[in-house]
Amino acid sequence: MRLSDREKAMLDGAEGPARQRAMDLLVRYGTALGAERLIPVTNVAGTWSSTTPWVQADLDAPDDFDTIFSRFNLDSDDTVETPQAVVSTCQLIHGIDTRNHALQGFSREKAELQRKSEEFFGRRGVQWASTCTPYQVGNVPVKGEHLAWMESSAVVYANAVLGARTNVEGRESTGAASITGLIPDFSLHITENRLATHRVRVEAAPETMMDWGLLGYAAGEMVVDDIPLLSGAIPQPRPMHLKHFGAAAASSGGVEMYHIPGVTAEASSEEEALGGRAPREEFVYDEAARRRAFEHINAQASNRSVDFVMLGCPHNSIEQMWQIAALLDGRRISSNVALWVHTPRQIRALCDDCGYTAVIERAGGHVMSDSCPAINRATPPGTEVIATDSCKQAHYLPAITGKETWFGSLEHCIDAAMTGRWSGEL
Amino acid sequence: MAAETETVVIRGRCVVGGVAEGRAFVTTQTISGWGGIDAATGAITEMRHERRGESFAGRVLVFPGAKGSSGWSHYFHMTRRLGTAPAAMLFTIMTTKIALGAVVTRVPAMTDFDRDPFKVIRDGDLVRVDADAGRVEVTRVRF
Repeated sequence: MRLSDREKAMLDGAEGPARQRAMDLLVRYGTALGAERLIPVTNVAGTWSSTTPWVQADLDAPDDFDTIFSRFNLDSDDTVETPQAVVSTCQLIHGIDTRNHALQGFSREKAELQRKSEEFFGRRGVQWASTCTPYQVGNVPVKGEHLAWMESSAVVYANAVLGARTNVEGRESTGAASITGLIPDFSLHITENRLATHRVRVEAAPETMMDWGLLGYAAGEMVVDDIPLLSGAIPQPRPMHLKHFGAAAASSGGVEMYHIPGVTAEASSEEEALGGRAPREEFVYDEAARRRAFEHINAQASNRSVDFVMLGCPHNSIEQMWQIAALLDGRRISSNVALWVHTPRQIRALCDDCGYTAVIERAGGHVMSDSCPAINRATPPGTEVIATDSCKQAHYLPAITGKETWFGSLEHCIDAAMTGRWSGEL
Repeated sequence: MAAETETVVIRGRCVVGGVAEGRAFVTTQTISGWGGIDAATGAITEMRHERRGESFAGRVLVFPGAKGSSGWSHYFHMTRRLGTAPAAMLFTIMTTKIALGAVVTRVPAMTDFDRDPFKVIRDGDLVRVDADAGRVEVTRVRF
């Protein structure tokens, strides 16, 4: 790799041991990629989560945050002091909702350790947005801005919808990027790598949230980690639709960028999305493809006695919270079912003020923030069968929890919460 | 009588330096880190994966590359700390997930091969990876 004089000096330790370790990691990582250089980033989203058993293993004290940072955010074998972030940096989703820690099965000590870690890293510049959707709580990069973000569903939203530029980074690379403002120049940071490679002809037009999720799940299976252009008469989406689409496509495949002409940031037309090239391959998304996606997601589920309904992956917007509160208002869920609704803590505060939290709680549900069952593996005691409105959660939960998971619409999930029975069909 | 063996060499680009040897664990399917493996055992857990339930610990992992969530590197980082990491990684599709994952797993890793590794390396073959020299030596029972 070619390094600037300042980068070389940093690698030699001129800006302290932590930045030396960070540069060492970035150079090892950039070399592995075959990148030629590092480029500046102005916005980092990663994780400084310090409470999981694996991160807590082999520490002298649970609050030895410098060692946690050194090991897991810099890949350093020795402990260095955590310096200040040099670019705007936020924490993504993590393990514990400090309001609902008991429901999630975590002790008060764990919740206090979580709070302590938030103060420690917060003072060093990490904003505890605590959500997989930083773009829903004010962290909205502009077109052309270079980022270092983790969280596949946030990365695809930032690239496609906003036109900002980031690869899917990891805990170690975002840790290093936050204190150096640098990341390897690779893949989606480079203009020509952002063009569409495949065309998906959308014949089954997505109307509902479930439709957008299924389209994303199918698109991910079709193009794997290439860049699809969605072609056809596609109804105007809302932000939540694209959030769902991207999260699903990043789960079934590895989609980090896509184009919808007239909708997404870098495609005013199919020609612009393709950069004048012909697509390498074309797929058709029709009724049969929609049905296949639904069947693929639900293939692992057979027991229709649902005892846990999980909503809000990626974290719900205020609009979705309002819809859920409206569906639950004045009703009561089955005593055999637990209902957890997930939203960023900032949106939960809004829900508290608007009365949505109270409506959901009166119906027997809980409003969770900061985490989700796929991240912290916490489910209500005795959970055997899960239902969710999220393709991503339904894709991962069976592997993570070992429990059958049904995917369907929000209405299917609310019905399951009321009756304890899954009756979701296309 | 011992089975007759042959040695085949393929060349590629070093991703992470080092030398390691082990039995091949071959899958033509990409692997999810977060939500796709159990770092405590090195076993693949993804529901529809062809090698679900089998562990790559101590094996030379031959696979197309990484998919899924950005927790990939963290979970492979964990396999190193828990002693369940693969002995080496040979992959064909370069992404940030696999590159960072290989770097923090700190095992020899290679890509950009002169021959299709899936045509040369069979599951269980003895594989010696010399990433510094850009060389993979495959010892296998002759066809």
